[in-house]
Amino acid sequence: MYATERWGKRVNSKRPVNLDITTIKLPLPAYTSILHRISGVILFVGLGFLLYGLDLSLASEESFDALKALLSAPLAKFIIWGILSALIYHFIAGVKHLLMDVDVGDGKESGSLGAIITLVLSIVLIILAGVWVW
Amino acid sequence: MVTNITNLSRSGLYDWMLQRLTAVVLGAYSVFLLGYLVINPGLQFGQWAELFDETWMRIFTLLALISILAHAWIGMWTITTDYFNDRAFGRKSVLIRFPLQIVCFIALFSYVIWGVQILWGL
Repeated sequence: MYATERWGKRVNSKRPVNLDITTIKLPLPAYTSILHRISGVILFVGLGFLLYGLDLSLASEESFDALKALLSAPLAKFIIWGILSALIYHFIAGVKHLLMDVDVGDGKESGSLGAIITLVLSIVLIILAGVWVW
Repeated sequence: MVTNITNLSRSGLYDWMLQRLTAVVLGAYSVFLLGYLVINPGLQFGQWAELFDETWMRIFTLLALISILAHAWIGMWTITTDYFNDRAFGRKSVLIRFPLQIVCFIALFSYVIWGVQILWGL
């Protein structure tokens, strides 16, 4: 084990490494990929809000009405819209991922096109979701 | 040397497959529930509670929650191992990464239990 570690270190030190993403100009698909991760983290946190809402909506008729009143507040609408936006983006970028798994849109040009479609489709649906929430 | 022992199935390929199977469940559930809310504006408590009284809806919802447990665990594990690693935080990075992973797991596990309590009115 120690021999492997020493050997590994020596090899590593001679390799030119440039994987510092702050020094690389990233292509568009890289940004859609990072957004996919960020939207996933938002959903991870947002699920707490959604479950709280589901709890209120099912506990009793009174709490259902209380939730309706709560959701008329601008801040609540904004949070719901934020979570919906993350869900919409994560869904579309996820579908793109599944397509890429079966070799659709994983080339250099088609990958860029896929990223553009993902962004445009998401923006349209996120605007529609905003209209629906407000 | 293998030092990552926290991933779900101890197999990248299996994690990969699970990530996709759960994604399909979650996508279907999201489309169903959002679609239901969109085509039922002015939804009242009675109709909503009736939907969640159905056994198939409870199964679907619980399946979605368990899918989130696996899906988000794999996702958060990937993120923590990508960014909270030795390169970013030095050789003791596990001391940052592991607590974060614990928090993620407890949160996700709590979501499932909370969901069970909501669904069965406990």
